[in-house]
Order: sequence, then C-alpha cells, then structure tokens
Amino acid sequence: MKRREFLQKGVIVVAGAAVAVSGVAVVGNAAEWTAGLKTLNPHEGQTLLKITRQIFPHDRLDDSDYIKVVQDLDAEGATVPATAKVLHDGVANLDRSTSSKFVTMSDDDQIAALKNIEDSQFFQKVHSTELVSLYNNHEVWKKLGYQGASYPIGGYLHHGFNDLNWLPEPPASASPKPA
Amino acid sequence: MTRFDFNDASVVVIIGSGAGGGTLANELCQKGFKVVLLEAGKRQSPATFRNDEWFAFNQLAWLDKRTTSGNWQIAKDFPNLPAWTCKTVGGTTVHWAGASLRFQEHEFKAKTTYSNVTGANLLDWPLTLAELEPFYAKAEFKMGVTRTNDIPGLPGNNNFKVMYNGATRAGYKTVHTGRMAINSRPRDDRSSCWQLGFCFQGCKSGAKWSTLYTEIPKAEATGKLDLRPQSRALQIQHDKQGKATGVLYADKEGKHVLQKARIVCVAGNSIESARLLLNSSSSTFPQGLANSSGQVGKNYMRHTTGSVYATFAKPVYMNRGTVMAGIVADESELNLKRGFAGGFEFETISLGLPFAAAFLKPGAWGRDYARLLDQYPNMAGMWIVGEDMPQETNAVTLHPTEKDEWGLPIPNVHYDDHPNDLAMRNYAYKRGADIYNAVGATQIVAVPPYPSTHNMGTCRMSENPRDGVCNKWGQTHDIKNLFISDGSQFTTSAGENPTLTIVTLAIRQADHIANESSKKNL
Ligand SMILES: Cc1cc2nc3c(=O)[nH]c(=O)nc-3n(C[C@H](O)[C@H](O)[C@H](O)COP(=O)(O)OP(=O)(O)OC[C@H]3O[C@@H](n4cnc5c(N)ncnc54)[C@H](O)[C@@H]3O)c2cc1C
Ligand code: SF4
Repeated sequence: MKRREFLQKGVIVVAGAAVAVSGVAVVGNAAEWTAGLKTLNPHEGQTLLKITRQIFPHDRLDDSDYIKVVQDLDAEGATVPATAKVLHDGVANLDRSTSSKFVTMSDDDQIAALKNIEDSQFFQKVHSTELVSLYNNHEVWKKLGYQGASYPIGGYLHHGFNDLNWLPEPPASASPKPA
Repeated sequence: MTRFDFNDASVVVIIGSGAGGGTLANELCQKGFKVVLLEAGKRQSPATFRNDEWFAFNQLAWLDKRTTSGNWQIAKDFPNLPAWTCKTVGGTTVHWAGASLRFQEHEFKAKTTYSNVTGANLLDWPLTLAELEPFYAKAEFKMGVTRTNDIPGLPGNNNFKVMYNGATRAGYKTVHTGRMAINSRPRDDRSSCWQLGFCFQGCKSGAKWSTLYTEIPKAEATGKLDLRPQSRALQIQHDKQGKATGVLYADKEGKHVLQKARIVCVAGNSIESARLLLNSSSSTFPQGLANSSGQVGKNYMRHTTGSVYATFAKPVYMNRGTVMAGIVADESELNLKRGFAGGFEFETISLGLPFAAAFLKPGAWGRDYARLLDQYPNMAGMWIVGEDMPQETNAVTLHPTEKDEWGLPIPNVHYDDHPNDLAMRNYAYKRGADIYNAVGATQIVAVPPYPSTHNMGTCRMSENPRDGVCNKWGQTHDIKNLFISDGSQFTTSAGENPTLTIVTLAIRQADHIANESSKKNL
C-alpha cells in the first residue's frame, strides 16, 4: 500500500501527512485560517469544518482541533490531485443534493445529509483522515484525557499505574506488590 | 559482523526473525550451526521505538497489501489488513503483549476430544503435552515468564483491578496477573517493567521478551549468525532430487540474490510462510513446495477473538501500565456444556486514544461514538482469546491478478467464522459484560475482532502426510531439509496465545536438526 493512505473504509495504512501537519498552530478567525488553504476554497474549508465536527462531535473540542483535520485534507489535496477532486466534488455534491447549502443547515439536517453519503468515497476520505488526524492530535489528547507517551516520565510505575481506589485491592496472590 | 558467502552451501537459511525464526536461529548458532537469517524488515531498537501508536504501527507493522474474503467481519472492516503482524527484526515479538500460556493436554487431541464438529477439519497433533513439557520449561526460562521459575507475577494495574473485582464478583476463581514474558524483576540483563503501557509499540525498557534484543544478539555473539535485514525471500529453490538448495531473495537495493543452503527453515508468520511455499512452485512441484497433501495455506486459524470494553462512573486510566497483564482462566478448561467446543481466556487489554478511536467500532461516527470516546479515561478493557475451528476452506491463497513489487502474487486470506466460533464469541461477550456489570459499568461495548494478531495453521503438522504439511518436528513431509518453524505448524489453535508454543517448538526443532545432522540424516 502507498504511504499516506489512512483508515479508508477501515483500511489501515499510513498516517504520514496528517501527523506532519498537525504540528501547525491554528488560531484566529475564519478568514485567516481559510486563507491559508492550498487547494480548498474558503467555502469548501468551512463546509469541511462542519462535516468534521459532525463526524466526531466532541463538545470539549474547539474548532481549531477540527481545522487541523481540514488542513490535513487540504495538504493531501495539494499533492494528490485525486484527493483534491474527491474533496471539491464531494462538497459540491453535498450542496447540490440539498435545498440549502450544507453549512447553513441545522445539525439534524447536516447529520441526515451525511448519513445519506456515508458510503461515498468523499465521506470515507474525510472520515478515515479525521480518525487518524483528530485522535492523533496532542491537544485533543489533553482535552479527552489521554496521557500519551509515558517514557519521558519513566513509565507509570511511579505515576499512578495502580492508583484506582474505588474498588478493593486484589490480594497479593493475584497481584503481587511491585518490586 | 559475520558474513557467509552466497555460495556457502553449508549454512542453514531461516526466513523470518520473529518468535519462531529468531529463536531457532539462536538455538542453532549455540549448537555451532552457521545461520543466515533473512528478515524482510529493518532493525530497530528500544532507542528507536516511540510511545506513539500510529508512528509505531508505521514503523513496525507489515503493511504490504493483502486481500480478504469470507464472512468474517475483518473482510468488511479491514479488507486489506487481515492480520496485524510486524515486518522488522524480531518480527511480531516487537508488538506482542507477552502472554505466555502452555497449551493443555486435551488441546493437542482436538479431534478426539471434541469428536466430530461439523465443517471443522479437526486433527490431533502428532505430539503430546508430555513430549513438549521439557521444552515448554526451557522456553519459559528463556523468556522469563512470570509465575514460572520462581519469577513473581507482575503487579496489577488499574485495568486489572477492574477485571479482578468484576470477575471474582461474577463467580470466577482463577484471576491473576497472568504468565507474562515481561520481567517483574531485572533478569537476563534486561530491566523490569516500568509500566509504560506501550507494549504493542515496542517495549522501550526492554522488560518484555523479544527476539530483537534477546535471541538475536545472543546468536550474533557466537559469530555464527549472519543476519540480513531488509532481505525479502522470494522463492525457495530445489534440485532434481527435490531437496531444498537455497533461497532467492531481494536485498535492500532490490537486487536478487541466491543464498545457497543445506537446510531451509520458514518462519514468516503463517500468511507469508504459506505464500512463500506456494510462490515457490516449480515444474517438479507445480502445487507449490511441500504441498503434496494440498494442505499448504489451508486450515488458516486466527483464534476466536473480540474485546469487551466498559465505561465507569470513575476513572480507570487503562492506558497506564502493562497492556495485557490480567487473565481470567476459568473458561479455558475443558467444558463441553457451554454449547461450543474449545475454551478461551479473558485477558486485559488497553488501547491508546488513537487506536481506541480506530478499533472500538470500526467505521462508526456521530454523537454516540464521540460520547463513548469522551469516556476514555473511565474505560476498562479485556480481550477474548479462544480456540477456533480449523476449516479447510479458510485459506491463504495466491491472488489471481494482483502482484507485489517483486511481481509475485499477493496473498488473499479467506476466513468464514465457524458456528462454533460464533457461539464461543457470543458467550464470551455475555460473560465479559457480566464481569464489568458486576462492578457497575455504565456502558458495555462488544468490540469486533482486530486484524488477526494470532495467525496459525497454514502448514499444519500431521502424523499422516496426507493430512498436513509437516511432521511433529516441523519437518515437511515432502522435503526433508525444509522446515516450518512458526505458528503455521499448529495442527489446531488451542485456547491460549500461541507464542510460547512457537518458541517451544523452535527449541525442540533445533534439537532435532542437530540430532539428525549428527546422524547424517540431513
Ligand atoms: C499486538 C499484538 C499482541 C500480541 N500479543 C501476544 C501475546 O500476548 N501472547 C502471544 O502468545 N502472542 C501474542 N501476539 C502474537 C505473536 O506476536 C505471534 O504469535 C508471534 O510473533 C508469531 O511468531 P512467528 O515467528 O510466526 O512470526 P513473526 O514473529 O511475525 O515473525 C515473522 C517475521 O518474518 C518476516 N518475513 C515474513 N515473510 C518474509 C519473507 N518473505 N522474507 C523475509 N522475511 C519475511 C517478517 O517480516 C517477520 O519479521 C501478539 C501479536 C500482536 C500483533
Ligand atoms: S508496560 Fe512493561 S512491558 Fe509493556 S512496554 Fe512498558 S515496560 Fe514494557
């Protein structure tokens, strides 16, 4: 398999570009972030921002977290013409198939519209990219309570690997004390 | 660094440096054999491992394209990734979790014990537990398995505390931190477990046994090992008499090289081992090497698996500490009253957030799924590992049209769940839920199987050459100097994780090769 495909229809491949781009800091207003897109126009960027939020809607996450996913899609589109086409066509089709533009629709209508296209190449592309890109973002880890690498602190041996205290301690025969 | 000549026909060539091949290489080198170890992947080390799931997956996993067919859910969820194995020096012992359980006596006699299970191609192993016991003991000592050789068990982590309390409240009796090839005390020049929680990403403390930093450097120290990373075996060659003569491989630059050999041992992990034999067909062996029985690639097994995760009102942090360090063993006993043949274990498991998102419900999206992931810190998890039924139609075959970068057909992996597998999995999901409900789970998630981490049976052992590919030493019935040295030898899958048995068989095979060589039979 080629490097830089991801979990497409569950196919796991390589999270190359996504990881690289996730390091870029994203701040500022809509105009600023969409201006930085290389393949997507501002409307496409805004539409994808809404879509990525609807795919994995975490109240604890900010738009900036989802913007990174859109930037990853955009970055891939900039180097892979087939991806750019899938994204351009996907947004256009979504807008065309409904009475109003996707971004102006209610949450419920957006979800229904996405449900209709969940088997499409466009949806699969966005979903599989987001699955890797969103959940590999260290800011997202912090907000969702995942601690990430433990090697820098020497592992959890002295950092709470067995600190759960809402259940009784198993006996030493089942769970010996650490050395 | 030891280098043997390509024309040196006195070497043993081993293909694959994982549990089977890495162990066999060391055992043979210790006995004075000259070994060329061909490994498709690169060499990493604890220093180059990273506590990062996607990074490590890309660094270590076997990502070559494969296809799937059959009614197993993998064909739908991961159509091009039927198996989760490694391509790196050390093979899948770099990713593995370390659970090291012996098979049970009755499991070597699956056909006799379970009698006729419709649709299953059951067979008794051509060996017994008693024959293997001394070698199991050697393997446990080598690997430093906890709760053997006076090595204490590992301390349980938070994930284990949930399992322990739930399982004992649900009525289970044998619940402990398992038999793990992970140092609970410093041993064999390796440190004890730091509870890093990244066992699947390569253990940075070296506490977990892997051929990468145990068997292979020990073999290198003898001066008898010529390890060749980034060397992809393409074909095993033979002479007119049908004896193996060498292995054609592609080196790092992609150049084709022929390494002559007196003995060839195949340990590429079941899918690749079978594929290599099939791809080595010739005018003498049009069906592929060692395939007079037609069983090469057949009877592919992957264990009946699945996971049960649960969320709780309070934090667990399953990511902290040893990934698989807790076991419920009660269900592994012989008990035909549950409505299925074979047994299984529950073993704790944890995934980091990136893999949890990818694996908990493959393909899922929307509010409910996001809510589940919002619960990440409050989640506990366990894995089901049980005996699956061998079926002749569950098979690794060569793809009719798709080829890899060397022009060889890629493998297709076909697997249909047997009704027995489904019955076991459904029962295990239910009992797993009982365990977590007993400690107040707020949500239970029955997670479908991951891509196969346990791959077995594609070159199975048999007493009768008609029924399988190799004999009880892993020596192929058809070609006396061709050996199968990995999990593809397994006649049936048993209900325990396979690696301890793979290592045990490799130690025993090395003895056999030495004995037969000294008797000039090889
Ligand atoms: C996440 C995970 C957790 C696991 N946990 C456990 C556990 O707790 N307990 C347990 O018992 N087992 C566990 N396993 C399974 C265990 O890792 C395997 O059973 C074991 O490593 C298989 O050994 P092997 O020798 O057959 O193959 P491998 O260890 O996979 O080695 C095969 C090697 O052959 C190489 N190779 C293949 N084809 C070629 C070729 N043509 N040319 C050159 N080289 C080639 C591969 O690159 C690879 O390095 C786990 C596996 C995974 C993925
Ligand atoms: S938990 Fe222990 S075995 Fe696993 S990676 Fe960490 S140190 Fe290694």
